[in-house]
Amino acid sequence: MIRNLLVVIGMLAALPALAQETIKIGLVTALSGQSARAGEAITRGLQIAIDELNAAGGVLGRKFELLRRDDEATPAKGVIAARELVHKEKVAVLFGGLDSPVSIAIIPVITEAKVPFMGPWAAGTPITHNGTNPNYAFRVSAVDEIVDKAILQYAQKNFAAKKPGLILINNPWGESNEKGLKAAMAAKGVTPAGIEKFENNDVDVVPQLTRLKNAGADSLFLVGNVGPSAQVVKSLDRMGWKPPIVSHWGPAGGRFTELAGPSAPSVHFVQTYSFFGNQRPAGQKVLKMLMAKYPDIKSAGDVTPAVGVANAYDAMHLVALAIKNAGSTDGPKVREGFYKIASYNGLIKTYKNPFTPANHDAINENDYVWTQFIDNEILPVGMKK
Amino acid sequence: MLVITALITGLGLGSMYGLLALGFHVTYAVSATVNFAQGSAMMLGAVFAYVAAVRLGLPLYAAVFIALALCAAYGVLVERLAVRPFARRGSNAWLMATVALGIVADNAVLFTFGKEPRGFQMSWAQGGVDMAGIHVSFLQLSIPVVGLSLAAALNLLKNRTTAGKAMLAVVQNPDAARLMGINVPVVICAAYALSALFAGAAGILIAPLSNVHSDMGTVFGLKAFAVAILGGISSAWGVMLAGILFGVVEALITSLLGSTYTQILTFALVIVALAIMPNGLFGRAEVKKV
Repeated sequence: MIRNLLVVIGMLAALPALAQETIKIGLVTALSGQSARAGEAITRGLQIAIDELNAAGGVLGRKFELLRRDDEATPAKGVIAARELVHKEKVAVLFGGLDSPVSIAIIPVITEAKVPFMGPWAAGTPITHNGTNPNYAFRVSAVDEIVDKAILQYAQKNFAAKKPGLILINNPWGESNEKGLKAAMAAKGVTPAGIEKFENNDVDVVPQLTRLKNAGADSLFLVGNVGPSAQVVKSLDRMGWKPPIVSHWGPAGGRFTELAGPSAPSVHFVQTYSFFGNQRPAGQKVLKMLMAKYPDIKSAGDVTPAVGVANAYDAMHLVALAIKNAGSTDGPKVREGFYKIASYNGLIKTYKNPFTPANHDAINENDYVWTQFIDNEILPVGMKK
Repeated sequence: MLVITALITGLGLGSMYGLLALGFHVTYAVSATVNFAQGSAMMLGAVFAYVAAVRLGLPLYAAVFIALALCAAYGVLVERLAVRPFARRGSNAWLMATVALGIVADNAVLFTFGKEPRGFQMSWAQGGVDMAGIHVSFLQLSIPVVGLSLAAALNLLKNRTTAGKAMLAVVQNPDAARLMGINVPVVICAAYALSALFAGAAGILIAPLSNVHSDMGTVFGLKAFAVAILGGISSAWGVMLAGILFGVVEALITSLLGSTYTQILTFALVIVALAIMPNGLFGRAEVKKV
C-alpha cells in the first residue's frame, strides 16, 4: 500500500517535468565576425516564429526552445558546435547559418546522427544536393544554381547584357557560383568577357576589373560577401567605370552603403523577401511582432538583413509542421514529416507541397525579389524611399 | 592601359607593404627581434583613427595624431610584454609571444570595436584626376607619397639626430653603446614604438581604400614580412623598395595573367629571388667577427 502510494507520488512529481520538456531547436551560425549581423537576423526570425508557436501551445503538447552556437564562419568550429547540439543537447532539428562551407561541413554530422538539418540562408547548391540517401538536409532559401540562372535572366532583360564579366570571391561559394553561372550562360549561348577572382581582404580590385573592361564586359556579375563586394564598387569608382552590376545577395549582409560609398545603389541584388511595399497580412503581422520584441526595430528598414529573418521565420514554421506530421521528434520520422506538408501560408509565399523526396528546396526563382540599397535600406529596385 | 593601372595600384599597395616592413627593419636592426603581429598594429591604427574621427567626431588631423600616439604606446607594450622578458634571457619565445599578443589585440578589438566591418570615408580622398585616359584618385596618389616620405624621415632620423645615432650605436655594438652611456633598453623600446607607428600610419592610409575591421591586418602583416626578408631586413631603403616591387609585381601578374595566378606566382618569385640572393635583394650578409 505504502509502496503504491510512493509510486503515485513519484509519478505526480515527475509530471510537471514531463510537461515542461521542450523541443530543442539548434542553430549553428556566425554570431561574431563579419557575418554576425546575418546570424542575429536568423535568430530573430526563429525566435519570433518560436514565440508564436509557443503562444499557441507548441507542438505535440511541448514548447520549443532555441539553442544557439557561434561557428565564427569556420567549418571546423561549425562541426564541433553541431556535434555538441546533436549528441549532447539532442536537438530535434538543426538550423544552419550564412556560410555555405560551414553548412556543407555539417551535413555528414547530421546524416550520421539522423537529425534533420534546415538551411535558412546559405545558398551553396551542394547543401541540399549532397548525394546522401536518405537526405536529411532541407532549405528555405535561395539556391546558387537557381540564383545564377536568375542573375543572367535579370541582366539580359534589364540591361541587355550580351558579354558579362564575372567577378567572384575566391572561396567555395564563389566556385559554386562560377559553375552555376557558366552552366546558365552556356544554356543561353552567352560567352563571358572573362572570369576574375578576388580575395576577402583585397584592398584594390582595379587590376581584375581592368581586365574585364578591356575584354569588353558590358555588365558585371558579382558574387561576394558585403565587405569584398564593397571593395569591387569602390574600385570601380576609382576607375571611373560604371557598368550595370547584378549580384548575388552578399551586399545584404551588412552596412553596404557605408562600406561601398555613394555608388552602392548601382548594385542590383537578389533577395527572397522585402518588408517594403505592400505587405500581405503575414508580412504585416511579422513586422508588428518584430517591432514589439526588438526595440531597435522601428520600421521595415530596421529589419536587416530581411532574408535572414524571413527565411528563418518560414523555415521554423515548416519545421513545426514536419514535427506535427511526424507525431514525434524522432529524426527519420520528422524527415518524412517534411514530405507530408501539404500547404503553409507563410511570409514569403503560400507553400504548396514545399518538399518532396526529389526536391528539398522550398524556394525557387519565382520567389526572388530584385533589390538595391537606398541609403541604409534594402528596397525593391526602383522603389523610392 | 593594363600596365599603367597595375603600376598605380602596385605603387599604392607596395608602399603600404614597405611601410609595414620598415617596422620589421627598425626593431630587427637594434635588437634582432621583430613584432610578428605587425598586421595587428596596422589594424589598431585604422581602428583608433576611425573611433576618434567618426565616433568621437574629432577633426581628422587630431584623430590621426591620437591614433599614431596610441600605436606608439602599443609598440612599447609589445616590447615590454612580449619581447623584453624573453630576449633578456636569451630565449626565442618572443617569436610566439608577439604573435599571441597580436591575436589578443585582434580579439579585443573584435569585442570592443564591433563585429562588423565599418567604412571610413575621407572626403578629400574621393576626388581624383584623369591622366592619359586613366582615372587616378587622390588617395592612390597620396599613399606612395606619404609612404616614401616616412621612409625618408626615418633615414634622416638615423643619420642626422642624436637619437638616430644612438640607435646606430646600439646596432653596431650594444655593449660599447651601453658603456658610452646610451640606455639600450630605451632605444629598443623606442624602436618598437616607431615600428608600431609606421604600421599605424599604413593602417590609416589603407582604411579609406578598404574597410575597418579586426582582422584587416592579418594578410598584410604576412606579406610585409615576406617583403622585409625579400628586401634584406637590415636595409631601410631595401625593404621600402622591395615593398613597392612586391606590390607592382602582384598587380602586374593579376593584370596580365589573371587573378587565379597572383598568389602562386608572387610568392614563388619571392622564393626564387631569395634562393638566388639569400640576404635579400638589397641586404648584406652579416659579418661575424671572431
